[in-house]
Amino acid sequence: MADLTERERHGSDELLHAALAGGKLPRWAVPALGVGAVLLAFLLNVTTSVDGVAGTLVVAVLIFVGAQTGWSFRVEGRRHAVDRLATTGVYATFLIALAPLVAVLATVIVKGAQVISSTFLLTSMRNVSSVAEGGGVYHALIGTLEQVGIAALIGIPLGILTAIYLVEYAPSARSRRLGHAISFFVDVMTGVPSVVVGLFVYTAFVLTLGMQRSGFAGSIALTILMLPVVVRSTEEMLRIVPRDLREASYALGIPKWRTILSVVLPTATAGIITGAMLAVARVAGETAPLLLTTFLSQSINNDPFSGPQASLPIFIWDQFTRGTDASVNRAWGGALVLIVLVMLLYLTAKIISRFTGVKKF
Amino acid sequence: MAKRIDVTDLDIYYGAFKAVEGVTFSVEPRSVTALIGPSGCGKSTVLRTLNRMHEVIPGAYADGSVLLDGEDVYGSDVDPVNVRRTIGMVFQRPNPFPTMSIKDNVLAGLKLQSGRRPKSEMETVVERSLRGANLWDEVKDRLDRPGASLSGGQQQRLCIARAIAVEPQVLLMDEPCSALDPISTLAIEDLIEELKERYTIVIVTHNMQQAARVSDTTAFFNLAGVGKPGRLIEIAATQVMFSNPTQQATEDYISGRFG
Repeated sequence: MADLTERERHGSDELLHAALAGGKLPRWAVPALGVGAVLLAFLLNVTTSVDGVAGTLVVAVLIFVGAQTGWSFRVEGRRHAVDRLATTGVYATFLIALAPLVAVLATVIVKGAQVISSTFLLTSMRNVSSVAEGGGVYHALIGTLEQVGIAALIGIPLGILTAIYLVEYAPSARSRRLGHAISFFVDVMTGVPSVVVGLFVYTAFVLTLGMQRSGFAGSIALTILMLPVVVRSTEEMLRIVPRDLREASYALGIPKWRTILSVVLPTATAGIITGAMLAVARVAGETAPLLLTTFLSQSINNDPFSGPQASLPIFIWDQFTRGTDASVNRAWGGALVLIVLVMLLYLTAKIISRFTGVKKF
Repeated sequence: MAKRIDVTDLDIYYGAFKAVEGVTFSVEPRSVTALIGPSGCGKSTVLRTLNRMHEVIPGAYADGSVLLDGEDVYGSDVDPVNVRRTIGMVFQRPNPFPTMSIKDNVLAGLKLQSGRRPKSEMETVVERSLRGANLWDEVKDRLDRPGASLSGGQQQRLCIARAIAVEPQVLLMDEPCSALDPISTLAIEDLIEELKERYTIVIVTHNMQQAARVSDTTAFFNLAGVGKPGRLIEIAATQVMFSNPTQQATEDYISGRFG
């Protein structure tokens, strides 16, 4: 009797183990399959009509996916096979998405680094011919910094205030119409092509109001382009500030404006700064609207309020269209300077937002 | 210091929806009044009406009168911001300001209400409020750490310290212990017992034992059905409510037969 129970129990233990355990591919399976797939694809490249780097790579990936899924299906079962297939898919798409980014950065750095020097950063293109070496981006750098700086100075506060109205005041306003209208027009603004904005500023400010073509006219165009991005990102950030915090503040007898200024905005600072910087970075590379509003210039113009002013995107476009080796190299140099500038802005924003806002432990 | 509250014929609405109907009761100074009842019966809504926190929700409003020592808090010349300075509130979930240190959290009300004050006065307020909330000994060495670095129970006591730092006359508590473990709950209940000597306290709770332990008076709210407004069924001294309520519904709820 006792014997029987012993055996029964043993039997049920085995059953339980069988129910819980499952087959598993060895740890070396994935790297081995990877190496195997690449070798096999290379072999096919040599022996059959599989050709070229891209073709071989695609074949290797297909072999890897097929072999892994098949093997896993046999050993581990359907669920694991599907899991491995999906995992491979996610990694593959990630790499594909990353490829252009890395390629662009690598190209710009490799080609741009050749012309970068202190002369390049500190001289303008005045009296430098298309075919000659030398010259630089100084005038364009000054222009971009001033134009984007003024645009940010106007656009960021305006955008943040608009978002504050939309999130904090519009829902409790007696009529919801204004809020809805603003929201609608912000959406419309997001979709307006930048060249149209440039055309608008040219028509309204330069032709109608008689303003000169100048860095400032460009700043107005950039402000218009930047505004919807700042409004939307700030709005998102303000909406995720918990209502609890606002209520906690009201319950202390703190007025609404003070609550927004001292509780809501600081909580959302990191996100707001990041959003604003992305908007700045976005407009720093705009070419079309500047072509119509700031025009182009080969010399240094420190005054954004009068006369044509150069900027980095227009410098790049101008140098590139000249087509000579020297100018195309300068275009790459300008591109590198622009990318570094945007990255510096972004890094500064990240550092600022790390030291403000929500305190970590 | 502590003040009495008289609520008469209070109807509370969320837009077109009538959430609470015909509530009349009084709260004695220096006492603890517990509001109990099933979920959705409007007890939190009633609590929020007492310091006009109700109206921060778009579309919400109240009808009827709430008198604080005879002064109508819904009077036409009354500023809700001033009402909330007089009637403080502690919420269900601990909500310290995440951008501020422990010290700044305590001082938030004072600083953001009325600007700068002498540093020494601030120090005094911090210590007095944290001691008042039984938190001083636990945090006195780390006043500059973020408020969010504390445990849940400590955070809730920090919120109480923040609420009493502005020296209100009345303290409203909306299920202050429902997110806390039994030990933190005990700490808060002990604290309520002490605060009672200086403040008028109204507390909403789902925990009947808690109502029995901490309150002097208990009010039972109920609603006739989903979508119907909540009503005040009965209010009496806590001992009477828990031993010999006059209404059948109260007895059923307290003895756990429904809700």
